[in-house]
Amino acid sequence: MAIVYQKSKGLTDKELHYCPGCNHGIIHKLVAEVMEELGIIDDTIGICPVGCSVFAYNYFACDMLEAAHGRAPAVATGIKRTHPNAPVFTYQGDGDLASIGAAEIVHAAMRGEKITTIFVNNAIYGMTGGQMAPTTLIGQKATTAPLGRTKEQAGMPIRVAEMLATLDGCVYAERVCVTDIPNLNKAKRAIKKAFQKQLAGEGFTFVEVLSTCPTNWGMTPLKARQWLLDNMVPYYPLGVIKDIDAEAEAK
Amino acid sequence: MEKELWKGNEAIAEAAIRAGCDCFFGYPITPQSEVPEYMAAHMPEHGRVFVQSESELAAINMVYGAAGAGMRAMTSSSSPGISLKQEGITYLAGAELPAVIVNCMRGGPGLGTIQPAQGDYYQATRGGGNGDYRTVVLAPSNVQEAVDFVQEAFDIADQYRNPVVVLADGLIGQMMEPIVWREIPKRDLPPKDWAANGRHGRDHTNIINSLYIDPDECDRLNVRLEAKYAEIKKNETRWEEPDCDDAELVITAYGTPARIAITAMEQLREEGLKVGLFRPITLWPFPEDALHKLAGAEHVKAILDVEMSSSGQMLDDVRLAVEGQKPISFIGHAGGAIPTVEEIVEAAKKALKEAM
Repeated sequence: MAIVYQKSKGLTDKELHYCPGCNHGIIHKLVAEVMEELGIIDDTIGICPVGCSVFAYNYFACDMLEAAHGRAPAVATGIKRTHPNAPVFTYQGDGDLASIGAAEIVHAAMRGEKITTIFVNNAIYGMTGGQMAPTTLIGQKATTAPLGRTKEQAGMPIRVAEMLATLDGCVYAERVCVTDIPNLNKAKRAIKKAFQKQLAGEGFTFVEVLSTCPTNWGMTPLKARQWLLDNMVPYYPLGVIKDIDAEAEAK
Repeated sequence: MEKELWKGNEAIAEAAIRAGCDCFFGYPITPQSEVPEYMAAHMPEHGRVFVQSESELAAINMVYGAAGAGMRAMTSSSSPGISLKQEGITYLAGAELPAVIVNCMRGGPGLGTIQPAQGDYYQATRGGGNGDYRTVVLAPSNVQEAVDFVQEAFDIADQYRNPVVVLADGLIGQMMEPIVWREIPKRDLPPKDWAANGRHGRDHTNIINSLYIDPDECDRLNVRLEAKYAEIKKNETRWEEPDCDDAELVITAYGTPARIAITAMEQLREEGLKVGLFRPITLWPFPEDALHKLAGAEHVKAILDVEMSSSGQMLDDVRLAVEGQKPISFIGHAGGAIPTVEEIVEAAKKALKEAM
């Protein structure tokens, strides 16, 4: 019998703890498949955040470190500088990366740390129960913004990929989502490209993945998927935001 | 061995290099900035890593990453910066990672002053960050000890998989003194087969983590840590007690005040007063049994604790060890002021008079 599909070797057999309809499982799978395709599972060191993906160290089949909230890029720096040949990635949510870890991600990018950051943006704090994140949209309700986020009270949501793209050390930044097969394929290509550019020693690489949180958005998985396309994508546009190679070719 | 004149902070950095420190992550703060400056200049010469971090938080987390991947990692700072590192230190303790943290203490609270102080005793010996944990705390009282202890700190950290703090003060960091570079005793160190440095054919993943969501599992971690701390206590507790054999007054002091106390002690001895010094070298584990025994000796009439702290922090440990056997008095200054020989002499006479 021919095998038409099997779980990536980049994942362990541990059962995922994620909520129904959450995109973390898909994004894990994409990272795992990329590691497998590049043949780097055995060399890679991953760093997981504090947030919903806090247990990711149980799911990836490479060596993993659990970092303090927001500090994954600093932890990754300590690893990469002492293990320059090891592929190193951080996997972080929006509370972790865009709020408490804003300094660490900006400076890792500024220094051009040769790491890959997978930034899962679901516009809310999931693990702690639906509080407002820096990425929560205007009007979007959260437990700490019960009437919806306002610009006056909390400012405008942060577009991290665009911000990091302003730094010379960041050589690649792309925003993707995994709502359907075409987008999922694009997301995988982006993650693969980020790892490849890291392995080529080009600099800091960043993939922002827009993601759903049906539980804390208070929606069914299908509604959440549609909400992401209708509300998040217009504010957080998909596509390549920075690609040093491509820019050089275009000139 | 030839004596060399070294500035404390630079000697601390050179000692770390000689101890095989693979990487240093730091952030500028007075009075310890010479440590990262020296490392920036000399780590690359040895093909090793220096990174100036964006913050103390980042520095200690870079240490966490490098240590978790099996490297000998170090950071240094001074009091306000050490406060910021507490998050990382508790994670290091929870994940059982070896690391060396040097604190060149200055006056506080808050921004305080850049002058030497000992106000971080509680923070260093009680954990400092969240949760039940301990760091080994070595307290040098001169540049020679700073150099020796920094080298040994890496071995102690590796032996027990635990962060080690070298608690110096601004005086030791800024002072120049003659030292000799001597071999520290060799230890039998366990292999770092737990390091998350890539599987490279290993049949399982190595995970560096301090999260145990199941309360029983988290309890088991704490039980295991306690057992480790008991072993450290048994093996690593250090102190010295010069002139205590016949002492009627015992001065307790560590670091810089211990040196001042020695001069005071010599003056008092010349005047015929029997004074000795009990100097803890490890602040955690505190030499409580030794001090308890000494305080119980019949010839000891009183204890005088001297610190660069306003109300005494080590004083708590002195009281816990003495257990009311003898009266304890205290003299100290905080915020960068240093107790003088005259003050100590006067306080010693007063303590003896009251006890007799």
